[in-house]
Amino acid sequence: MTSTIYLGFLNGYSPSWAEDLAPRVSQAFSLPTQPIDLELDLDLYYAPERRQYHATLIIARLLRYLPELDSKIVGITSLDLFIPVLTFVFGQSQLDGAAALVSTHRLHSEFYGLPADIDLLFERTVKEVVHELGHAFGLVHCPDYLCVMKASTYVEDVDIKKASLCSECQATLIDRSGKPSHR
Amino acid sequence: MRDRKILIVDDELSVRQSLQEWFREDGFQVETAADGNAALKMMDAGPFDIIVVDLKMPGMDGITLQKRVRELDKSAAIIILTAFASVETAVEALKLGAYDYVTKPVDPDDLSNLVRNILREKELSEENIRLKEKVSELSGLAPIVGKSPKMKRVLDLIDTVAETDSTVVILGESGTGKELIARAIHGKSKRRFFPIVAVNCGSIPESLLESELFGHEKGAFTGAQYRRKGKIELADGGTLFLDEIGDISPKMQIDLLRVLETKRFTRLGGNQEVTSDFRLICATNRNLEKLVEDGIFREDLYYRVNVFSVPVPPLRERREDVPLLAEHFIERYARAMGKARKALSAQAESILVDYRWPGNVRELQNAIERAMVIGTGPAIVPEDLPLPSDREISEPADRSLSAIEKDHIERVLMEVDGNVSQGAKILGIDRTTLYNKMKKYGLGR
Repeated sequence: MTSTIYLGFLNGYSPSWAEDLAPRVSQAFSLPTQPIDLELDLDLYYAPERRQYHATLIIARLLRYLPELDSKIVGITSLDLFIPVLTFVFGQSQLDGAAALVSTHRLHSEFYGLPADIDLLFERTVKEVVHELGHAFGLVHCPDYLCVMKASTYVEDVDIKKASLCSECQATLIDRSGKPSHR
Repeated sequence: MRDRKILIVDDELSVRQSLQEWFREDGFQVETAADGNAALKMMDAGPFDIIVVDLKMPGMDGITLQKRVRELDKSAAIIILTAFASVETAVEALKLGAYDYVTKPVDPDDLSNLVRNILREKELSEENIRLKEKVSELSGLAPIVGKSPKMKRVLDLIDTVAETDSTVVILGESGTGKELIARAIHGKSKRRFFPIVAVNCGSIPESLLESELFGHEKGAFTGAQYRRKGKIELADGGTLFLDEIGDISPKMQIDLLRVLETKRFTRLGGNQEVTSDFRLICATNRNLEKLVEDGIFREDLYYRVNVFSVPVPPLRERREDVPLLAEHFIERYARAMGKARKALSAQAESILVDYRWPGNVRELQNAIERAMVIGTGPAIVPEDLPLPSDREISEPADRSLSAIEKDHIERVLMEVDGNVSQGAKILGIDRTTLYNKMKKYGLGR
C-alpha cells in the first residue's frame, strides 16, 4: 500500500500556486503528500532537433529520488516533454509504477495565443498530476468524459474533465490499493 | 478495451517502450517485437486487433512483414509507422491492406483518433456478424407457408418429431425449404435455447469439411494458427443441421458415424477428446436408399440418420400453395425494400400456378423478388415474371403431338436423373411404355 506521494518541482520551478497543489492531490487519493527537492541535469534529456525533453528518461531518473519503495513521486516542470513516437505529451507515468512527470508547458493559455490565466493553469495542472498519478496507481484511461482518467490529447479535453475519479475508477483504485479516495 | 490486443514491431527500443506504455494506459494488452521474425513468432500469442509496424527495420522490412502477417491473419488492422515518409511506400502499404500510414513523431490526437476509428470499425464489423447471425436465426423461424394436404402432413410430422430427440432426415428436391423445416423442428424442440448450427456438406471441399465439423488444434495443418472449434462442438446443447448429407465422402461417413455413436471426438491435430451433446438433423435431395444400394453411402450410417424422415413435396405437387407463398414473399420483399405492398394480378397468379417450378420455393421466391424490383405498377403483372419455361406455359401451335411428347419425356427424365421408374410415375404410364417411347424417340438411358 502506498504511504506517501512526493511532489517535486524540477530545478527550482516555483509557480505561484505551487503550495496549493499538495492538498488537492492529497484529497484525490486520500494520502499524505510531501514536497521533495528535485535537481536534475536536464541537458542529458534534451533533444535539440525537437527542442523538447525526453519524458521517459526523466522518469527513469526520478526513480532515484524515491524516498521509500512504497511511495510515489511526481515531477512537475515547465519544459516541453516528448516520448519518441509522439510529437508531445502533457505528462507521462509508469503504469502501476512509482514515478510520474507532468509538464505545464502546453497547459498555459499563452501557448495557444490566449491571455494568461493562472487559475485555469492551476486547475489543468491538478488534473494532469492526478491523471498521471492515477496511471501510477494502475488505472487506465476511462471512457467517462468527466473522469480525470479520460485520455486528453487537447488542452480542451483537460478543461472538460473534472479533477476527480469517476465512481468506477474509484472502485478500481480501492480494489487495487484497499484505500478509498475522495472524489 | 481490456481484451483488445496490440502488437508493436519496431527495432528502436525507445519507440517500442513508449508506444507500449501509451497503449497500456489506454487499457490494451500490448506485446512488442524488435523485428519481423520475432513479430511472426509473436503471432502465436494473437490474434491481435491492431499491429503497429515500423517500415524500416533490419532484416525483414515493414512491407514484407505486412504481407506475411496478412497470410496469417486477415482481420488485424495494420498501422505502418515510419520516420521516412514517401508517397510510394505509403501507397504500396495501403494497397497491401494497411489501415493507415503515419510518420514519426505522430500527434497524440492523430494516433488516438486512428486507434479509435479502427476499434469502431472492428466493433461495427463484429456487430454486423452478430446481427447477420441473428437475422439468419430469425428468418429461419419464418413461417412455413402452405395449406395443401401435403404440407399439412409435413407440419404434423414436424410437431411429432420436434419434442423427441430423434435424428431426423429431411428429404426433398433443391429449393423445397429443407433448412426451414430443420429450423422449425429445432425451434419447437427443448433444445431451442441453444444454437442450431448448419453445415452444407455439399458446398465445402472434403479437406475443409473435416476441420469445419471437428475443429482443429493450433498447428494441425499449414495455416492453422489458432485452435478453432468445429461446428459439432459449437452445436453443443443444440442441433447440428447437416445439409446435403448424401454428398459426404466415405471417410467422413466413418468419422461422422463414430461421433453419432459416442458423441465424442477429437479436434484435428489434437489428442484431447471433446464431447458434444447435439441433436442431428440432416437433409438431402438425393435418394439415400439408392446411394446405399450403389455402395456410395454406408448402410450403418443410413440407419443411424434415417430414424425419422420428413419428405418435403416439390412445389409442383402442391400448386394450391403457390398463391399463398407468392403473397407471403410479396409482403416480405415489400417490407425489406421499403416499398408499398403490390397486388398479384389474376393473370400473373395463373402463370405462377401453372409453372412447373423446377427450382421449387426458392425459384418462386427469386421470381417474386425480381418482380418486386422491376415492376413499376401497383400490381405484379405477367410482364414482371419472365419465367424461363414459356414453352411449357404456351406451346406454339405448329408443333406435332409427338414432338411435344418427346420434349416432355426428355425433360422429365432429366429431372429424375434418368430414373425410369420415377419418370414413368410422373408421366402416369408404366415403365415398359416409357422404355418403348424412349426407344422410339432415341432417348438413351
